[in-house]
Amino acid sequence: MKENKIIVTVLGSDKVGIIATITRILADSKANILDISQTILHEYFTMIMVVDISNSTVDFADLRNQLVSVGEKMGVQVNAQKSEVFDYMHRI
Amino acid sequence: MPISSATGQEILETIRMVQMENLDIRTITMGISLRDCGHSDPKISQQRIYDKITKYAEKLVSEGNRLELEYGIPIVNKRISVTPMSMVAESSDIDTYVDFARILDKAAIEVGVNFIGGFSALVQKGYTKGDLALINSIPLALAETERVCSSVNVASTKAGINMEAVYHMGKIIKQTAELTKDRDSLGCAKLVVFCNVPEDNPFMAGAFHGVGEPECVINVGVSGPGVVLNAIRKHPNIDLGELSNVIKKTAFKITRIGELVGKEASKRLNVPFGIMDLSLAPTPAIGDSVSDILEAIGLERTGTHGTTAALAMLNDAVKKGGIMASSHVGGLSGAFIPVSEDAGMIEAVEVGALTIDKLEAMTCVCSVGLDMIAIPGDTSAETIAAIIADESAIGMINRKTTAVRLIPVAGKSVGEVVEFGGLLGRAPIMPVNKFSSDIMVKRGGRIPAPLQAFNN
Repeated sequence: MKENKIIVTVLGSDKVGIIATITRILADSKANILDISQTILHEYFTMIMVVDISNSTVDFADLRNQLVSVGEKMGVQVNAQKSEVFDYMHRI
Repeated sequence: MPISSATGQEILETIRMVQMENLDIRTITMGISLRDCGHSDPKISQQRIYDKITKYAEKLVSEGNRLELEYGIPIVNKRISVTPMSMVAESSDIDTYVDFARILDKAAIEVGVNFIGGFSALVQKGYTKGDLALINSIPLALAETERVCSSVNVASTKAGINMEAVYHMGKIIKQTAELTKDRDSLGCAKLVVFCNVPEDNPFMAGAFHGVGEPECVINVGVSGPGVVLNAIRKHPNIDLGELSNVIKKTAFKITRIGELVGKEASKRLNVPFGIMDLSLAPTPAIGDSVSDILEAIGLERTGTHGTTAALAMLNDAVKKGGIMASSHVGGLSGAFIPVSEDAGMIEAVEVGALTIDKLEAMTCVCSVGLDMIAIPGDTSAETIAAIIADESAIGMINRKTTAVRLIPVAGKSVGEVVEFGGLLGRAPIMPVNKFSSDIMVKRGGRIPAPLQAFNN
């Protein structure tokens, strides 16, 4: 199976249930969370997740739309991007 | 084993660059050869051109949009460049090529690209009959089409400067301005006169698909003046050697993104990847300005003494960082200084810090040339030709590309401002030298190739 990793980042002011909401969407789509880190940087909630979507039941564009729209409802900014972007930018 | 090789800090840095500093892929440009589209019947030739472009570029825009979504990096423009039209249309026995421009426009609209470049001719040593027909068709072609871009190469280090063509282009620019005077002479914003034109440049208005290029190719232009600006602002107290290093590291990161997107686009469209163009291309958006970078280096206003040196360092550092990051670098690859497209340049002109003379000096150390500069509508064709000759001389002697994209705005004069809108921005009309160059320009002939050409 071809590896298909995405990076999900969540930025915004901290509130209850951010991680629960995001991970619920990922679980419902059978996307597997490989790694998660969360910090509060200058009062901003910052979460980075590495997610394997090779067995996901919805395609990337749908998953991304779901994540972005719940982010908007919670007032945080959610990004989902293929992981190559980050590896490629900072490594040769 | 790390799950992703990038650290959390690097991931956030990438996101900041895109969302706060306007990092984007400025253009994915598909180059398409039209060399097999010539025919003695222009209607048949035009049909072949339309069919070929719409077939090859059918998925360019949709794949570009998908890449944008998946990688989270905006791809601002999807564009097409084609074989210089003078070479394709020449097989047809007609003396105006405006219909060839119309068919390019129609194909561009059909596939959804915002510009198509290649209504072009290369005449640094002289004209063929196709070159003459093409150049004479430029004013009407640009007035009657929306997305077609035109370029003419009038000089090179190897051939010298074709002064007949230089004077001719002075007149053509005037006619183009006149025919589009209802739109503030906008036609001239789609017309570039070159010396040493690169054949794989993805940026408009000067893109075309050179004769040494393959059947079809993907070239990518990245842009990130805002990213470079923020990197410089974080280091107010380091010396210029260290600052150059900061710019190099930033340019490396910007270029890597372009390389990734270009290679992926090439794979998905099943078209070879040509080159990455490392240019810093500003937009009218606040913070997306090459002028702001020069001012962040330590100039009160762009155009003051020291500007040329600062720009030389910037241009060089961008190249050094970018070349390491990409397998194939080409095109123009340098900082662009288009006046109307850069909010900082516009301000510098308005406060009197930046003049055409200083811009000319700046073009000695960066790409491309006197770009998107509005001048008074009553400027003579001879004066415009003399400006082109000066820029060509700089390119010829320094073995670099130079270009002129001037807009003599019909009916307007110094003190007025024209609004082109969108990426083309707005331009205060700048004064030109009032003294005549007529006799020199009218001498005609060719300025011989310089000593620099004889390096075999």
